[in-house]
Amino acid sequence: MHTPGEMQSAAPAAAEEGAPAPRRRRAVVLPALLFAGLALLPAAALALSAGYMLDLFTRVMIFSVAALSLDLLIGYAALVTFGQAAFLGLGAYAVGILAAHGITDALVSLPVALAVSGLFALLTGLVCLRTKGVYFIMITLAFGQMAFFTAASLAPYGGDDGLTLADRNTVAGLPLFDSPLAFYYVVLACLVGAYLMCRTLVASRFGRVLRGAKDNPVRMTTLGFRVYHFQLVAYVIAGMLSGLAGFLLGNATEFVSPAYMSWQRSGELIIMVLLGGMGTLHGAILGAATFLLLEEWLSAFTEHWKMIFGPFLVLIVVFVRGGLIGIGAAVGRRLFRG
Amino acid sequence: MAEPILRLDGLTKQFGGLTVSDQVDLAIAPGELHAVIGPNGAGKTTLINQISGLIEPDHGRILLDGRDVTRLPPHRRARLGLARSFQITSVLPGFSALENVAVAVQARSGSSFRFFGDAASEPALQGPARAALAEVGLADRAEVPAGHLSHGEKRALELAMALASEPKLLLLDEPMAGTGREETDRLVAVLQRLKGRFAMLLVEHDMTAVFALADRISVLIYGRILASGPPAEVRADPQVVAAYLGEEME
Repeated sequence: MHTPGEMQSAAPAAAEEGAPAPRRRRAVVLPALLFAGLALLPAAALALSAGYMLDLFTRVMIFSVAALSLDLLIGYAALVTFGQAAFLGLGAYAVGILAAHGITDALVSLPVALAVSGLFALLTGLVCLRTKGVYFIMITLAFGQMAFFTAASLAPYGGDDGLTLADRNTVAGLPLFDSPLAFYYVVLACLVGAYLMCRTLVASRFGRVLRGAKDNPVRMTTLGFRVYHFQLVAYVIAGMLSGLAGFLLGNATEFVSPAYMSWQRSGELIIMVLLGGMGTLHGAILGAATFLLLEEWLSAFTEHWKMIFGPFLVLIVVFVRGGLIGIGAAVGRRLFRG
Repeated sequence: MAEPILRLDGLTKQFGGLTVSDQVDLAIAPGELHAVIGPNGAGKTTLINQISGLIEPDHGRILLDGRDVTRLPPHRRARLGLARSFQITSVLPGFSALENVAVAVQARSGSSFRFFGDAASEPALQGPARAALAEVGLADRAEVPAGHLSHGEKRALELAMALASEPKLLLLDEPMAGTGREETDRLVAVLQRLKGRFAMLLVEHDMTAVFALADRISVLIYGRILASGPPAEVRADPQVVAAYLGEEME
């Protein structure tokens, strides 16, 4: 419902502002292609009778939501957080712990997941955002580890071993998530919704202040903006978005464990964003997909897959500043010029 | 003199043993262009930083439009009508020239905690931004990323950002620094046009520009105000000539 509106509004804006048209067009075409591909994927999976693809891409989309939220912070606010996985875990634990007490409806567990992750973001953000640079990275890592060890010590909920769900959540009593196909489309809807929300956010007045503070925080302050407040709100929004991803992840795997919150997971999310191309939003989706699919296919190919995967990631991140989106843009420019 | 827009009362700041602002008293009337001159290291930028709130003074008071702002953070002072340009060009390099100014307009027009609606197509923001750009002669450079503008254009952009925030008082920290003769003349012409619309505190080394623009001049040496008055009076002050102008004006 939002997609056509967004496209229509993007076109005249580009004309009016005289912005470089190809860039604007690419920012609409590429995500549209991505989402169309994801929407049609179940048909392909059905035709190839490759049911595992549905689960695989459900997972890809869930991590895309988390990577999107991280791109909002890294790519648009220059807030490199090393603790984003904590929110993923909080969302998942909200589902798991409620289920352990017999509450298994998404109408309860989703709001709880969002509230808990939002609250955690608010409380930790109040502290983290007072620091800058490396200190910010370290303190977000510290809070992430705090969440990790707290989860690992929750003996009634499985402690280190985690917690298995008896079943996926119901939605208003209906077992909507039980069908892999229905669940796939629920996750896709969440991803598209999250993407459009982020897209709107970065173009809004709020997003403009956030982007300005990324460029030059002192200037923004002397213009009259309290940068800290804007960053805090962005941090809470990103936290809740990752909480949503956690809610979906808990339901997808029907299992919740502290591993969801590990610092390695936070690092993987950062790599996804860098791999795809930060500050583009759809780059985060592309990065998450590339990361998870490579991991899947390379590990099927050889047990030493990490020896290929690691250097590949390093090469992309070091040599291609704009990530995969950057490669695409560079190739496009070369083709059109030649 | 009318109620001053800015008043400094015995402003004192020390960095370790070094007194960079020493009992500075200063009053700027509405619409006045007040220049502060002095040799390098006289404490001019430190003075501006204290007025805009980036540095807190040890003693003394800063009154903006009759209100004590001595302990207010910079963003609150900006909201009260204080704008500034920086000695070292400070724009948002990733934003277009237009968006740089539009964000300055945004700072004074309603809440920025608006999460929906494309800010780049809000006429209430873009209109005044384009007007301010036109005023400093950058109308045809609106879409260029600020990082790609020439040095002189960046200085003009800073001025446009300050204009767009419709200040009561504009602090200009060496707006001509590093610009060529031609660009300096252009900036002087722009400032000439803006004179009287709001008060300005101008820190500048270019004496031609200062004497062309200023209603009053204060001479700052070692953090102290040595003399203060109309240009002709300051120029004739034997103390000032001995301490500073002598060498500047050859």
